[in-house]
Amino acid sequence: MADMIVLLRQVPDLVEELELNDDSTDVEREFMKFVLSEWDDYALEEALLVKEASQGSVTVVALDDPDVDQVLYTALAKGADKAVKLTGSEEGWIDSHQRARTIASWMRNQTYDLVLTGVQSVEDIDGQVGMLLAQELQHPHVSVVVSVETKNGSARVTQEFGGGRFSELDVQLPAVLGIQQSRQAPRYAPISRVRQAQQAGGLEEVPTEVSGGSGLTVRRLYAPESTDHAEMLEGSADEVADKIIELLRSRGLIK
Amino acid sequence: MASDVLVLVEHIDSELTDTSYELVGKAKDLAGGWNGEAVALALGSVDTSELAADRVLKMAHPSLDNYTPEAWLEALHAVVQERDPKLVLIANSTVGMDLGAGLSGRWGKPIAAYASAITGEDQDVVVTSQVFGGKLLAEAVIDGGQGVCTVIAGSFPGEAGKGGGATVEDLTPPAALGESRTSFVTTIEPEGGDVDITESPLLVSIGRGIESEDNIELAQEFADAIGAAVSASRPITDAGWLPKTRQVGKSGMKVKPKAYLTFGISGAPEHLEGMRDSDLIVACNIDENAPIFDIAHFGTTTDLFDLLPALTEKVK
Ligand SMILES: Cc1cc2nc3c(=O)[nH]c(=O)nc-3n(C[C@H](O)[C@H](O)[C@H](O)COP(=O)(O)OP(=O)(O)OC[C@H]3O[C@@H](n4cnc5c(N)ncnc54)[C@H](O)[C@@H]3O)c2cc1C
Ligand SMILES: Nc1ncnc2c1ncn2[C@@H]1O[C@H](COP(=O)(O)O)[C@@H](O)[C@H]1O
Repeated sequence: MADMIVLLRQVPDLVEELELNDDSTDVEREFMKFVLSEWDDYALEEALLVKEASQGSVTVVALDDPDVDQVLYTALAKGADKAVKLTGSEEGWIDSHQRARTIASWMRNQTYDLVLTGVQSVEDIDGQVGMLLAQELQHPHVSVVVSVETKNGSARVTQEFGGGRFSELDVQLPAVLGIQQSRQAPRYAPISRVRQAQQAGGLEEVPTEVSGGSGLTVRRLYAPESTDHAEMLEGSADEVADKIIELLRSRGLIK
Repeated sequence: MASDVLVLVEHIDSELTDTSYELVGKAKDLAGGWNGEAVALALGSVDTSELAADRVLKMAHPSLDNYTPEAWLEALHAVVQERDPKLVLIANSTVGMDLGAGLSGRWGKPIAAYASAITGEDQDVVVTSQVFGGKLLAEAVIDGGQGVCTVIAGSFPGEAGKGGGATVEDLTPPAALGESRTSFVTTIEPEGGDVDITESPLLVSIGRGIESEDNIELAQEFADAIGAAVSASRPITDAGWLPKTRQVGKSGMKVKPKAYLTFGISGAPEHLEGMRDSDLIVACNIDENAPIFDIAHFGTTTDLFDLLPALTEKVK
């Protein structure tokens, strides 16, 4: 049995063009499209798999990021038991250290065995929230986890290294895990069920105070001004294909 | 605060990783500017004779032999407390993802993650990080000039960290190492059996742009026509569309083929780590701002669904 907390975070959708704000210290978030950080989807799936295997519960928690209600209701539709939105961070973007502090302040009053977060997000320049949270709460933590199994107060986790190497670790609970991948592809929640969840409501809103800070001052963001940007091959698909074949032929790589 | 730059080195089967040398090389460069030392910390059993650090600190303890985040963080934190370095460098590997933010939280100093460049401006530490999947770079200053930095593999030359000659010091492990709540069970080694993409001189590499498992055939046909193997970015192997052995990147294989041809790969830093040294890189991606074009030699914004069949047709 494990009572689990899964942390969910909205991030800018990288499919869209990223505009910079006036002083180029952040992306322009005003009209941006946000999506659930892809690794959080794995974290939720892994938690649901653990719950199915050994009972327990799944609580999803998010700070008040843009369009986050939808994400929380989707998690409920997938099988999460409870959804919590930590408000008080509406003032705009906050860094990982602030996120970790804020989430920790709520967690100190909760009971849980396991915290699952996404392994990273695309904008955590001051480090990953999960590992910072573990320090705040003095829990052991493991990052880059690809499978979780719980038994008698501990979790057996598989941690991934590069090149197909993994190791298995046993961690005493409570612990924080950074999830890289779930054992199965994340399940899909039919839109009708998401709507049902929305109609049922039941999003718990908890006011929190944001404190702390990263100690990092971002001077500027910029697109890589590459001096060796690729030479672009122009023309129709046919013409481009000819050019690529020629590149390979001239190097003697194909006949 | 001392002026030293401390590098946590990593090892596989008692051999140092390439990135360890890269970081030590960078540490020498930075520490030189601050009149400090480049100090390498080696936990567990590892051959450090080739490291060109000024000083190598060694710590041995049964709970450090096999990596666990908790014991390594305990050891690293103890050394950092004791020696008060200006900057701590860790690779942005699995170990770095555990310990970078972990150390920042524990030590109470800032961290700059995903670094690809670090410079000293007087006493300031200025870090350039790859964010938003490599679409943007962030230039940030570590307030107070003291903190942690996790560094993307391949950012600095490894040669500068090689040559040996360090003073070696053996450290006493902190007592708390005995109280770890995390225990090592076993290591799982890579599976063989499938095509070895590290041996293939030609790779046709596909990413999420391929959209579905069925479409992989398009890439396979072209690969067959030119005698290449098919490799992929992580989402493709995560989805189970290709075996894990075909994955290129930070958590996949490092490849260096004569030609690496990508179709529908954005060029996230984690992917680039595995293929940046290929002799020839040709990228196909409909997004002209995709970071893959900053590393490719040639590129095209042609739709892969038009280009792959055209390529196959031409070779046949
Ligand atoms: C700890 C960790 C380790 C990781 N290790 C690895 C690793 O080893 N290897 C790896 O690859 N990733 C790794 N990743 C994941 C990495 O961060 C990226 O998520 C991943 O590389 C993105 O893969 P992609 O480029 O295929 O997909 P996306 O980033 O989604 O890019 C798809 C691209 O396809 C293009 N496209 C879409 N349709 C078409 C079309 N019709 N024609 C042409 N182009 C099209 C799009 O413009 C887009 O740029 C790791 C992540 C973490 C956190
Ligand atoms: N605002 C947030 N609300 C809830 N969880 C978060 C938030 N920010 C980060 N997390 C969690 O921490 C993980 C790592 O994010 P990051 O720290 O941005 O790398 C995310 O995948 C989430 O699981």
